[in-house]
Amino acid sequence: MSILTLKSLSKSFGALTVTDDVSLDVMAGEALGIIGPNGAGKSTLFNLIAGNIKPDSGHVLLDGVDVTRASPMERVHAGVGRSFQIPQPFSHLSVFENLMVAAQFGGGHRGAEAECSCMSIIEQTGLGPVANDLSGGLSLLQRKRLELARAMSTSPKLILLDEIAGGLTDGECVALIKTIKSIHAQGTTIIWIEHVLHALNSVVERLMVLNFGKMLMVGDVDEVMNAPAVKEIYLGIEI
Amino acid sequence: MLDQKTINRILMAFGIVGVALLFAVPIIGSRAMVQDLFGVLTLLILAQNWNLLAGFAGLVSVGQQAFVGVGAYAMFACVILLGLDPLVGILVGGFVAMALAVPMAFFAFRLAGAYFAIGTWVVAEIVRLCFAQWKALGGGTGTSLPKGTTKNMFGVPEIKELLGVSSSAASDALTYWLALVLALATLGAGYFFLRSRMGLGLQAIRDNDEAARSVGVNPTRLKAWVFMLTAFGTGICGALLFIQITRVTPEAAFSVLDWTAFVIFITVIGGIGTLPGPIVGVVFFYILQRALSDYGTVYLIVLGSIGIIVMLFARRGLWGLFSDKTGIELLSLRQYAPETKPNPLAQIK
Ligand SMILES: Nc1ncnc2c1ncn2[C@@H]1O[C@H](COP(=O)(O)OP(=O)(O)OP(=O)(O)O)[C@@H](O)[C@H]1O
Ligand SMILES: [Mg+2]
Repeated sequence: MSILTLKSLSKSFGALTVTDDVSLDVMAGEALGIIGPNGAGKSTLFNLIAGNIKPDSGHVLLDGVDVTRASPMERVHAGVGRSFQIPQPFSHLSVFENLMVAAQFGGGHRGAEAECSCMSIIEQTGLGPVANDLSGGLSLLQRKRLELARAMSTSPKLILLDEIAGGLTDGECVALIKTIKSIHAQGTTIIWIEHVLHALNSVVERLMVLNFGKMLMVGDVDEVMNAPAVKEIYLGIEI
Repeated sequence: MLDQKTINRILMAFGIVGVALLFAVPIIGSRAMVQDLFGVLTLLILAQNWNLLAGFAGLVSVGQQAFVGVGAYAMFACVILLGLDPLVGILVGGFVAMALAVPMAFFAFRLAGAYFAIGTWVVAEIVRLCFAQWKALGGGTGTSLPKGTTKNMFGVPEIKELLGVSSSAASDALTYWLALVLALATLGAGYFFLRSRMGLGLQAIRDNDEAARSVGVNPTRLKAWVFMLTAFGTGICGALLFIQITRVTPEAAFSVLDWTAFVIFITVIGGIGTLPGPIVGVVFFYILQRALSDYGTVYLIVLGSIGIIVMLFARRGLWGLFSDKTGIELLSLRQYAPETKPNPLAQIK
């Protein structure tokens, strides 16, 4: 059963085509990685899936239901949780309050149940020491972690993670991988955009490569990493 | 340095003594004082409502006089046309104002920012013109409450007996107490609303609309709720105001200066987006008014200048300034992770 289906999705900003006829099927419970050079249109694809922007043509289906015209809010309620590549915290709210917004509005939890779920996510993502700090004062790394935690708080069936592993120390990276694996183990479907390939590849089963808005290829991690076309794009850019 | 507990106790004591004194004013104070404070309290109620609307929901309305006017006229209609007690009219006024908020939101919510402000003003003007056509309530020249209405109002004879004062003084005392209760209720309701799930959602929208939508918050729905609830509060206050004034005209009931401009000034000076802000603002406004009321237009120029200075140099108003300097937060909206909860009523940053 596919949880997400993209049918020849296209989006242009003026003369620049950023998403070019992308079709994709993501199975419930799988973990998919998205790679591609800067400006390839990866984050735009997330915006299309989460409903923050509307495609020029094509369709987005969640659990077989066409949500192309649905608002971001409706898609959260349909089970899509997202993080932003550039963190967008509610800066005058604390970390805990940020998560409470997501848990109560997106996750549909109430009162003590919402608090409980937020506390366990705070624990899981290592935000415990700053739980009551205003999120506007956090470091970039902490804000990225907050992005992950807030997306988790909406209790998503499908979570979209946009570059959350950059700039971590080895130890932090190991912890992050562990967290994402545990989300995956709970049955959550994961789509993860990431330049830190060793982190990405230790979690995902499939990789999709985007280049100039087009889907270059999608397949098993090994298959994709060894494909000549991918090596060409990535050689000299970053590995 | 004072510790948290002591500050909480001192503030609590001040609050209780202050409220008790305010309740005692009709018993121990002069009638002029009662009337004066009635004006202050009703301005405070209007400012609290506008603060919720503009300071927390980001809806900068310049048309709140529509709800004051509609509330006032609804109350007059209840008394004159239906023969009901004015106190019943107050409640009706609130609900009629809320009913007006529905079509008004439908129109104004399509407009953003400055256009929203202008749109609400335009609607208020249209509503005023409509009420000026209502012949049964005096049309353009307005009308008065029938003789004896306030004397026989529910509760007035008892107060008269109890305090041993004239009927009109008793009626002033009653409207004063109602205003005081309404101001306290508005403060309490605002506090609990903002600390609720909906209040948290509003604060999220204020910080980042896009991210709020992406975690499932529906900004339009939340803002519509605040618009309706504050219309109710403003309508009730309008009805109460005109029971005390006893005479209504379209100009007075829908006055943008009296019921919106001064109210905006009070909220901005005191601290927009903070709960104590309107209280600080109304005290400041009252003092200014007393000091400058003999100077006519100069008074308005001074008010405007002070407003601009505060907007430029103390964006969170006098209360924000005080709070930043001392670290004292009152009626804080912060929600703490379980196990780490300090007293939510007052704390030091
Ligand atoms: N709202 C927008 N308006 C105009 N152009 C945009 C907009 N959003 C993205 N773009 C452009 O579309 C292209 C793709 O952007 P996108 O953010 O999707 O790339 P990306 O693959 O996520 O890149 P990166 O790895 O740097 O995050 C870029 O050239 C970007 O400048
Ligand atoms: Mg990107």
